[in-house]
Amino acid sequence: MVEIICKKIIAYSLGTRIVQLELKSPLIAKKTLPGQFVVLMVSEKGERIPLTVVDKDEERGTITLIFQEAGFTTRSLGSLKEGDFLYALVGPLGNYTEIKNYGKVALVGGGVGIAEIYPVAKALRKENNHLITILGARTKDLLILEKELKQVSQELYVTTDDGSYGRKGFVTDVLQELLTIHYALNAIELIYAVGPVPMMKGVSQIAKDRGIKAIVSLNALMVDATGMCGCCRVTVDGKTKFSCIDGPEFEAQSIDWEELGKRTKMYQDKETHICKLYNR
Amino acid sequence: MRKEPVKVKEINIEERTKSFKEVVLGYTEEEAILEAKRCLQCKNPTCILGCPVGIDIKKFINQIAQKDYEGAYCTIREKNNFPSICGRVCPAEYQCRKACVLTKRGSIFASFEAINIHFLERFVGDWGMININSKSEALNPKVKGIKNLNLKFRDKRVAVVGSGPAGLCCAGELARRGIAVDIYESLHKPGGVLRYGIPNFRLPQEILDSEINYLRELGVEIMTNFVIGKLKTVDELFKEGYSAIFLGLGAGIPTFLGIKGENLCNIYSANEFLTRVNLMFAYKFPDYHTPLNIGERIIVIGGGNTAMDAARSALRLQVMNRIKPDVTILYRRTESEMPARRLEIAHAQEEGVKFKFLVQPQEFVSDKQGFLKGLVCLECKLGEPDDSGRPKSIPVPGSDFLLETDLVIVAVGLRANQLLTRVTPELKVDKYGDIIVNPETMETSLKNVFAGGDIVGGEGTVIEAMGMAKKASASIINLLFP
Repeated sequence: MVEIICKKIIAYSLGTRIVQLELKSPLIAKKTLPGQFVVLMVSEKGERIPLTVVDKDEERGTITLIFQEAGFTTRSLGSLKEGDFLYALVGPLGNYTEIKNYGKVALVGGGVGIAEIYPVAKALRKENNHLITILGARTKDLLILEKELKQVSQELYVTTDDGSYGRKGFVTDVLQELLTIHYALNAIELIYAVGPVPMMKGVSQIAKDRGIKAIVSLNALMVDATGMCGCCRVTVDGKTKFSCIDGPEFEAQSIDWEELGKRTKMYQDKETHICKLYNR
Repeated sequence: MRKEPVKVKEINIEERTKSFKEVVLGYTEEEAILEAKRCLQCKNPTCILGCPVGIDIKKFINQIAQKDYEGAYCTIREKNNFPSICGRVCPAEYQCRKACVLTKRGSIFASFEAINIHFLERFVGDWGMININSKSEALNPKVKGIKNLNLKFRDKRVAVVGSGPAGLCCAGELARRGIAVDIYESLHKPGGVLRYGIPNFRLPQEILDSEINYLRELGVEIMTNFVIGKLKTVDELFKEGYSAIFLGLGAGIPTFLGIKGENLCNIYSANEFLTRVNLMFAYKFPDYHTPLNIGERIIVIGGGNTAMDAARSALRLQVMNRIKPDVTILYRRTESEMPARRLEIAHAQEEGVKFKFLVQPQEFVSDKQGFLKGLVCLECKLGEPDDSGRPKSIPVPGSDFLLETDLVIVAVGLRANQLLTRVTPELKVDKYGDIIVNPETMETSLKNVFAGGDIVGGEGTVIEAMGMAKKASASIINLLFP
């Protein structure tokens, strides 16, 4: 059983909430590296869901998770209070991000994916990378971690779909523009992107056109997350890979995005059903 | 002697598919005695050689016949910690029963007349579960090789990685001798493949829980949600004071077919399908929250026990969801080459699972939403025997045909999970990623690290994993008490 030490609603807009939880887990806090994730179960009857470790505090023995209340499990998780316990927490899982001096790195975060680029940004900054960070949200109230990322980035751009803050449009618009107007052809060495599948797919296309290496971190469905079930599989370079043990990061251009997009929607009917049932 | 074996009672076929209740009910006392009395008590019993852990089968059967159930229980426990599990899941027709003298020479599996050793073992195990607790057993002088539980060995600690058949068996062997054992398990419940892979209708989780509780009573600690290789390394375990480590990691990774479309929606590995059902209780959705899709026309690819388990589970899910049962097992050879237990094949057939032999999948076909809608296959014919001794399956060019299906479960095998071995480079593995051990001692290339189960031999049976674990535990005891 894992205790919730601290809970914050960090963004809210029209029934959508983004929640930050700090969980007591000294061993995981000690071992986690940027890019890794945990799997948790809210209750004994719950699903196993993966979430990226956004931050950790070894002294306090805690890890921080950020998630948007989207489906049944994330809503259940969001309904827990400080002092409540999770049924299970396992991690760290997955491979960690290769952190080194790349030079100029463009970090692209969409929606709650911003939370996942944050630990990577901090680690890259420590290696003296020049960070160009592009954040995208549906609307101003759902933008997270802007201040935190500003602190570690040399440049920071914000887009919102509805134009309520920053630039109206998408992260890919900014990325495209930066690469065409502001930066010379080979100035950016790496693009690191996390967000919804269409966003990552868009980033992948831009990177491909420019011949820049792009890394994405995938949020595939998982069960055990140690390689045993194969639920999280994704086609990379025409071959089947498991996000949990081969990933969660892959080179963006190698991924079959269409298939991945469809696969993540595999349980949409069931999700709608269980949400309706428990909201009554 | 009575020639006709005593049939074991089973739930009737109608009832079976409506739930995940155990199908085989087991012998009553009278039935067990009757079956035990059929045993010829051979001078040179061959059955014992057929058992991977060498249970004195002749002796325990005789003890049943004499109504000495406690004696029988002790005889089995000498060699096997988990009679209630093995009595249910051992492929006896390839092991002890095949070696029974009542089996005709040269047959591929046991004759019908062979003594139902596994059902007798199960009877004794279940009897013991009710009538004997672990402490009284450890104190029981009848149980040879089990020293009285005492605390003098408590300074010797052993870490066991993985709580499947190998890990549980190794932990049990050590704990019975008073050695402190900690098991590390990555999932939230212990049992490994016994938990996530074997359905309730073959091995009820209460039986598994009870056998695991027996270990806890012996003082074994089980740490769940703990991934060795991620949260702690092998080195770190030694630094914490463990004298030896046993790796029972299992053969974790499901194999796929490597054909087009294999990652479409509604294509499951048997591991995933069974894990969702057994470990996560997806069949109780939405009371339990893990979803699982159930097709109208389900195809299971493979011919082993896992394929049978997946097919029978799928059929039950259809019935429980009021879908007309339609599950077909595809296998590229014929029924006699199927590696599954005969009993499971028979159960699957009785319950309504269809079989299609001599077929090889070629390509999955999808609808616009990325969901599976069909499977293109090739017909096959049998050729000369291959390395496995079974006739090779040869696809016939141009024979391709389409099977309509909306859900496929792939049960074509597993390969080694390298999550731990990759971060432990000193641990030598073979080209398949399996851990290399000294077959006499089960010691790995790392000092005081032992291994057993599927991570050593590739896919095997529960009892084979236990056999390796017993060998390893004997080496660990030699190491700790030279």
